[in-house]
Amino acid sequence: MKIFSNKNFVAWYFVFPVAFIHLFVIGIPSLASLALCLTDWRGLGEINYIGFENFIELFDDRYLKKAIINNVIWTIAFLTVPVGIALTCAYLLTGIKRGQMFFRLAFFFPYMLASVINCQIWKYLFHPIHGLGGFFERIGWDFLAVSPFTMKSTSLFAVAFVDGWHFWGFLVVIYLTGMYQVDNHLYEAADIEGATKFQKFRYITLPMIRPVFVFSIMIIIIWSVPVFDYVYILTGGGPAYSSEVIANYMYSQAFERFDVGYSSAIGTLMFFYVMIIVALFGLFRKAGWDI
Amino acid sequence: MIVAKYRSREVISNYIILIIFALIAILPLAVLIFNSIKPQMEFGVNPLGPPSEIRFENFSEAWVKGEYAKVFFNSLKLVVGSVFLCLAVSLAAGFSLAKLNPKGSAIIAVYLLVGISIPAQLYIVPLFLLWKEIHLLNTHIGLIIIYTALNAPFATFLIRSYMIRLPDELFEAARLDGANTFQLFFRVALPLSWPVILTAGLIISLAVWNEFLFALTFISEEGFKPMATILFAFQWRFENNYALQSASAIMMVAPVAILFMLFQRRFISGLTSGGLKG
Repeated sequence: MKIFSNKNFVAWYFVFPVAFIHLFVIGIPSLASLALCLTDWRGLGEINYIGFENFIELFDDRYLKKAIINNVIWTIAFLTVPVGIALTCAYLLTGIKRGQMFFRLAFFFPYMLASVINCQIWKYLFHPIHGLGGFFERIGWDFLAVSPFTMKSTSLFAVAFVDGWHFWGFLVVIYLTGMYQVDNHLYEAADIEGATKFQKFRYITLPMIRPVFVFSIMIIIIWSVPVFDYVYILTGGGPAYSSEVIANYMYSQAFERFDVGYSSAIGTLMFFYVMIIVALFGLFRKAGWDI
Repeated sequence: MIVAKYRSREVISNYIILIIFALIAILPLAVLIFNSIKPQMEFGVNPLGPPSEIRFENFSEAWVKGEYAKVFFNSLKLVVGSVFLCLAVSLAAGFSLAKLNPKGSAIIAVYLLVGISIPAQLYIVPLFLLWKEIHLLNTHIGLIIIYTALNAPFATFLIRSYMIRLPDELFEAARLDGANTFQLFFRVALPLSWPVILTAGLIISLAVWNEFLFALTFISEEGFKPMATILFAFQWRFENNYALQSASAIMMVAPVAILFMLFQRRFISGLTSGGLKG
């Protein structure tokens, strides 16, 4: 809607502050990082160009490999469990009349809470003496007798569980906005045909909410990359790197080892991965795969 | 809206499943509330249930030991500063992108869209070194500038999508009356945009209040730390004092809970309009 195309100059004044602040804080430092990943800089002293040496080292780094695998597991876990639960709950919510708003608020509220809060709640609940472990012990059950955060086999899933617990209500609300737009006549027609609840979900709801569903898949894949808070607070990546993720590993390389070049290389890797995902979804959309 | 012709048996099973998940979402919060008013002595025998004796002194004790008066003030400064700065720049940009459409503004839109998805890990180290160089580390203004940049793309798009729906005739009429572009912005666009200003303001406040990574990295001096990183430190300092820990956590949750009760729909619609990492 062009109203004042002759006032181009003034119009730019209005965009300038955002562009300036964003470039200053995110744009230029990002470009700096894309350049620094080719150096051995440690934050002080001279900067030496070393070509792709950081990246060669990176592909040999077994801790990073572990972190990448954990991020992949994290992504898959989030694409299945919270998505499945949220789809179920959203679908069930459209089938009830009373209390819709209550359930919506109850599911959504944890999403409003800070990571430090959620971590504190679950650190306590997973405490072996207090919390659920203590409770089960009292009724003669050794379930959760050891904190899942401190066991190598469970630490990653325990952390992902806490983040997922905080996140899935967000998905419920997103799916609900899609489901409310589905024409009710479709369900009525299906009822006349004698379709089951699951058939209606599979053949009416799911195809009809495809745009929001695809959107949710995209943000889960993108948001699974920079996961940091929950890992840093709950386990610090331990025990023995069992819950290490890329962002936490990068953080320790940057702010404990001060290896600017190497941590920039990890950041660059994350950036390109995210950009490829964004571009892929953009292509799907262009190809008419309505998103 | 409601799926037609549900048999009552189905409705009951719907409710049972929904109630189970609602309890999973809410019971952990109930435990936190119980713990915040439970005497520390009682934790050994009653880890999950409601307290036998309500002890509000946990709050005053935590408030003093954590020096929360100062910490709250730090967080509040960050929230108010970021909301003002971010709204100011985003309103201007949203207005321009919605109604002025300068040639080439699509580049800005694309840049901001890309900006939303850049992982912080790409730029946090150079940003840290830059902030050190220009003495913005351990300052609130430094963090406010960062929070403004982090939230501005989302706020700009939210505001743009609202302002684009304001009728063009209003702007044309004002223009005919001799208003310049700044007057169009301040006299016409802004007064009509309070709903989106409120929504964006609430979402930015929440994001800043809860933010952890940048607060952790850019504020290392105790006296300047906001709620999120102080609470993290507090969890280590009083590792086994769950009464104090929980009372502190409740103090951080309370403002969010109150605002959420007042503005549920705004929070939900704002947060689900996309682009904000949670």
